[in-house]
Amino acid sequence: MANSTFTTIGRKVLMALSGFFLMFFLLQHLTINMLSVISPDMFNSVSHFFGYNPVIQFALQPVLIFAVVFHFIMGFYLELKNNKAREVKYAANSASENSSWISRNMVYSGLVILAFLALHFADFWIPEMEYKYVAAEAQDATRYHHELVEKFQSPVKVGLYALSFVFLALHLLHGFQSAFQTVGFNNKYTPLLKKLGNIYGVAIPALFILIAVYHYLNPLTH
Amino acid sequence: MNLTLKIWRQKGSNVKGKLVAYNVADISEHMSFLEMMDVLNEQLVNSGEEPVAFDHDCREGICGSCSMYINGRAHGPDGGITTCQLHMRTFKDGDTIIVEPWRAKAFPVVKDLVVDRSAFDRIQQAGGYISVNTSGNTQDANAIPIPKLNADLAMDAATCIGCGACVAACKNASASLFVAAKVSQYALLPQGQVEANDRVINMVDQMDAEGFGSCTNTGACSAECPKDISLENIARMNREYMRAKAVTK
Repeated sequence: MANSTFTTIGRKVLMALSGFFLMFFLLQHLTINMLSVISPDMFNSVSHFFGYNPVIQFALQPVLIFAVVFHFIMGFYLELKNNKAREVKYAANSASENSSWISRNMVYSGLVILAFLALHFADFWIPEMEYKYVAAEAQDATRYHHELVEKFQSPVKVGLYALSFVFLALHLLHGFQSAFQTVGFNNKYTPLLKKLGNIYGVAIPALFILIAVYHYLNPLTH
Repeated sequence: MNLTLKIWRQKGSNVKGKLVAYNVADISEHMSFLEMMDVLNEQLVNSGEEPVAFDHDCREGICGSCSMYINGRAHGPDGGITTCQLHMRTFKDGDTIIVEPWRAKAFPVVKDLVVDRSAFDRIQQAGGYISVNTSGNTQDANAIPIPKLNADLAMDAATCIGCGACVAACKNASASLFVAAKVSQYALLPQGQVEANDRVINMVDQMDAEGFGSCTNTGACSAECPKDISLENIARMNREYMRAKAVTK
């Protein structure tokens, strides 16, 4: 399969596969975040397990980071290459007559998600790495819930997160079904799959927003 | 009806072009778009100007020659038609109509509205055929049983007339729908199996070499295709391609 990375189809298949992985990760991330609303204790213990399990930390986390970086770099590379395939643009182009805005603007929804990831890493991932590996603080299995809630006390931050998730929804609404099409899945189940993609694309970002708003409205009292 | 036309004029492939405005009067709503262009060209010839160069041949929606980007759409505003099947009743008296050539790096402008679509020929030559013995002992195709569904899907794919509207409409100028149709019409039939792996790999390689973009599944190609070629063909091409890559040494 090595050569396939150098053809348009090969590159698109790799985009789809990294997309599948990231969509699975989003589902897993959301499930854990839901626990922060349902049961703070359970959220703490699961977060602690994920934060200190060596397989997750040193095997799965690098894979995730690689998938994120790959998806972005390949996405931008393909966008630039695709732009070069039409050097002279049309004077009049009614693209909205034959395709959806979201499908034509994946690079822009992707850029917003990239900007969000910078904010998200600054909020959670970098402080976490610093706590564990730079300052080498002692393990504390009870800190995760209050750290999370404290991050969502600024209305500006909650607003930025919510806005980013709207763009994530736009990205997923096309990306979900597009990934299946790219890997060759287009059959009698496709209409059902598109509905599933619409549910996934709306529900996942909406629940992330709800969790952020919930913590903003329910600050810690102690 | 009276119309203002803004038409892309370009003297040759290496010359800069521009949109030039023309007025045409007394156009019948029953005329096809190409007949309206004929009226304009007659007008230009009579006034000593160079007529607008545009591709056309059968004028009945089957040859795939006519290739105009009309008011921002490949083959104009109606769906499932070629430019010769577009009638002037689609427009209103006093309308301004912008006419441009297909825009793609792989389809360079030859003159005015004429583009060089030989990239499609080279893709076809790279694998869009089956090798059969034609010395007189060729097996009767009807002697090979083919499931009705496969025969229908192969026929649907084979209705592609290679006009290039898919490339023109795609934001990436991707030729995926064309190549997928040409791969599918053989992939679905027993006669196409012998060369299936080489066919899809060689045709995709040629598509890339010609400088077409990649497919981002916007669906613009299928929406603008005069023969309504389905996106299912692109999924089939991708499956064929992945399978071929996995088994080819």
